[in-house]
Amino acid sequence: MKLRTALLGAVAAMGMAPAAFAERGTDGEVKLTFPQAVSIMNPYLSGGTKDIYAASMVLEPLAGLTPEGVLVPKLVTEIPTLENGGISADMTSITWKLIPGLLWSDGTAVTAADAVFTWQYCTDPAGGCSQATKYEGIASVEAVDDATIKVTFDGPKANPYTAFVSALSPVLQKAQFEACLGAAAPTCTDPNNMPIGTGPFMVTGFTVNDTVTMAMNPNYRDPMKPAFASAVIKGGGDAEGSARAVMETGEFDYAWNTQIPPDSQAAMSAAGKGQFVVAFGTLVERIETNTTDPSADLPEGERSTAKHPHPIFSDIKVRTALSMAIDRSILVEVGYGAGGKPTCNVIPGPEGWASDNTACLTQDMEGAKALMEEAGWTDTDGDGIRDKDGKKLSIVYQTTVNPIRQDFQALIKDWWTELGVEVELKAIDPGVFFGGDAGSPDTFQKFYADIEMYANNSESPDPESYLGQYQCKNAPSPETQWQGENINRFCTPEYDALYASLATTTDMAARQDIAKKLNDMVTKDSMIVIPLVHRGTLSAHSNALGGVQINAWDSELWNVADWFRVK
Amino acid sequence: MLTFTLRRLLLAIPTLLVISLVIFLLVDLAPGSPLSDIPLTVPPDVRKKMIEALGADQPVIFRYVLWLRQFFWVEPAYLIDGWFGTTWAGDEQRILSWQSRSPVFTIIGQRLPQTLIVIGTAYLVGILIAVPIGIYSAYRQYSFFDQAGTLFAMIGFSVPTFFSGTLFIIIFAVWLGWFPTKYDTQLVVTDWASFLEQMRQMALPVMTLGLANAAAISRYMRSSMLDNMGMDYVRTARAKGMTERTVILKHVLRNSLIPVVTVIALGIPSIFGGAIITENLFGVNGIGAALIGAIHASDLPMVQTLAFIFAVLIVLFNLIADVLYGLLDPRIRYD
Repeated sequence: MKLRTALLGAVAAMGMAPAAFAERGTDGEVKLTFPQAVSIMNPYLSGGTKDIYAASMVLEPLAGLTPEGVLVPKLVTEIPTLENGGISADMTSITWKLIPGLLWSDGTAVTAADAVFTWQYCTDPAGGCSQATKYEGIASVEAVDDATIKVTFDGPKANPYTAFVSALSPVLQKAQFEACLGAAAPTCTDPNNMPIGTGPFMVTGFTVNDTVTMAMNPNYRDPMKPAFASAVIKGGGDAEGSARAVMETGEFDYAWNTQIPPDSQAAMSAAGKGQFVVAFGTLVERIETNTTDPSADLPEGERSTAKHPHPIFSDIKVRTALSMAIDRSILVEVGYGAGGKPTCNVIPGPEGWASDNTACLTQDMEGAKALMEEAGWTDTDGDGIRDKDGKKLSIVYQTTVNPIRQDFQALIKDWWTELGVEVELKAIDPGVFFGGDAGSPDTFQKFYADIEMYANNSESPDPESYLGQYQCKNAPSPETQWQGENINRFCTPEYDALYASLATTTDMAARQDIAKKLNDMVTKDSMIVIPLVHRGTLSAHSNALGGVQINAWDSELWNVADWFRVK
Repeated sequence: MLTFTLRRLLLAIPTLLVISLVIFLLVDLAPGSPLSDIPLTVPPDVRKKMIEALGADQPVIFRYVLWLRQFFWVEPAYLIDGWFGTTWAGDEQRILSWQSRSPVFTIIGQRLPQTLIVIGTAYLVGILIAVPIGIYSAYRQYSFFDQAGTLFAMIGFSVPTFFSGTLFIIIFAVWLGWFPTKYDTQLVVTDWASFLEQMRQMALPVMTLGLANAAAISRYMRSSMLDNMGMDYVRTARAKGMTERTVILKHVLRNSLIPVVTVIALGIPSIFGGAIITENLFGVNGIGAALIGAIHASDLPMVQTLAFIFAVLIVLFNLIADVLYGLLDPRIRYD
């Protein structure tokens, strides 16, 4: 046994050998393709995931997240915790210590002043910083000395790992961005497109919405990395074209976000040149029910507001029956294949935060029908559609224009028609649906429909801000210019009270417990949100590229410094 | 002719101003917002600040007048500064794209050469294929070649470029592996090897577009040739003893080319518009791809500027086509 183990270990070590012996810059160029081209390399001026991922090869935060959702230090010596004194005992401040001798790619030293500047840059009221939530609740960021950064919060913060953590909040070089504060931010084209960073690569060329060319950073903190001497990110086309470029023609090494149908996935994998990789974060495709009445008979300004409760969906039995009639495993098979899993939770991960909620995973058409009968919705006139007190069970079901979503709509309409519900389908252009234009009737916030379907996710493994959506005060209404994240208009004092307690709970296990309860409140206890599929992020890489570890909690390119060419 | 040209140019100015206002209002009033691509994790208050920073919440008339000023005064000033090293423009705010915060004219400057090279070559190739096909089809009307030419034209007309493009990719790039599927926009031609590489990567988009262009132009050529083949002067030329080759290629062709040249001139603005589908399919970073991307992202400054530039080009080339027709055909006189 010992010999066998030793031999296995030797074989494993040999497998690691190419990685271990790859010196800096010996493996040539790594080519990536994104279905949407990169517009800007400054994650603070863009919210688009593509820009954030591209920038993550150049700009780095103080700490990042591994695929397991665990914090890992990048520019600091260790993660500050209560135990090692990095977080103050009253939880109002966190202190980060920079690695000594850290340099920017232009050779100058990284100092705490850069972090302080970054905070000023993103909190400037005129700057329109898209990652402002990362710096929320911070009273001050100070440079205790050149290598020590102290972040002080407004009050005790249970999760202090917000600012400078993850690719959403990297450190900018003060010297480069000094003239770009506030309203001047968008005018600094060169710093925005060619930022100086501490990452394994530095930008050598940038054409907008097209290509980013990079070369290895000679001042990168690990002298043996990166293995690649240059990198290029080419954008444009569609998911199918990007996947093809990696899996069939071998022109590219890595394709991000190759959301293609399962049969295409199978066909491309069969070519043998590359493989698909998937990571699951918190992205959940869900059906949202409207607890208010969106009827067009109501006056404008009262439609879909708390003034008029929904005549059909105010009954939990109806919502439950709709959920029971859906077979989530078929949905996953048709739409996502390996890139999705059926789920009943709004918070499906990471491990420890997900509630034990699996009752909805099996379809129960008979039970659903029985529940409808119990609720008083029976088919009195024999036309196949249930009715009650003269009102027909007829609903409008809207989502965005997207082939997979249209497939889902067709399948779900079939099941609900079998249940005796009349369904009218509606598909809206994503630019309009997510546009938030107060004048348009088709935004997802206005919710001028009974059911809508889309996907949402939590930005970090700790779902505190994500769960805050369902508070009463966040309901969109004419008073808020139809802005707000509580699109179901879900309003219970219990939820608000429990959520408020989350802000002051610091023990991890207790936080997870509260999160599970909150998740249950909107899913299995109330069926306000009907989760369907836990979607993963699906990307493709060639078999000649090694070291890829796809990550749903941080940038997918979080470990690009460790990538190497498989020989 | 000169008064005609001047009058047309003067009339073009109010036309173009009205066009620019209509485009501005249309894009502004259309639903959709520049923030629709931003992930849902960004909360409403942050979005509001982002919109304010873009300047997208200002009233319409204010933004329109600002755009006019930037387009007609600030941008030419920057251009002159770039050419002559002056400092007329100073620190004035340029037209910035909402998507990328880069100046719109920088983006156009980066993309125009690509469009001209790839789409322009496709147009040229289309013409070069179409003219001989049209000539021979007319000369040997109803022959096998003519029927084949008609079939070719029908296919070119009816098959959309996204289909023919994808078909070519599958045949030539995936199965045969002769050409790449994605256009490398960073390729600089410095020697024979890189020139060959440039030819290789242009092959598929040029084939796709060339097919569509050739189909249309070959029909015009054929019908124009047929009109002229029946003329009396052709019979005279033959009676004089000229070779068939001289009759067709020297006399008939010259007269037949007149309407075809004007059609070609009218089609040139479409080169600048870029073949949107082809550019997207092959990853050529051209003007058309920029326009469609900007429309999707509700990037008003970019859409407005590009659409206005196309309007200017169309008006200009319409005028050129008219003048050219008058120059080539002595029977036409403008006053």
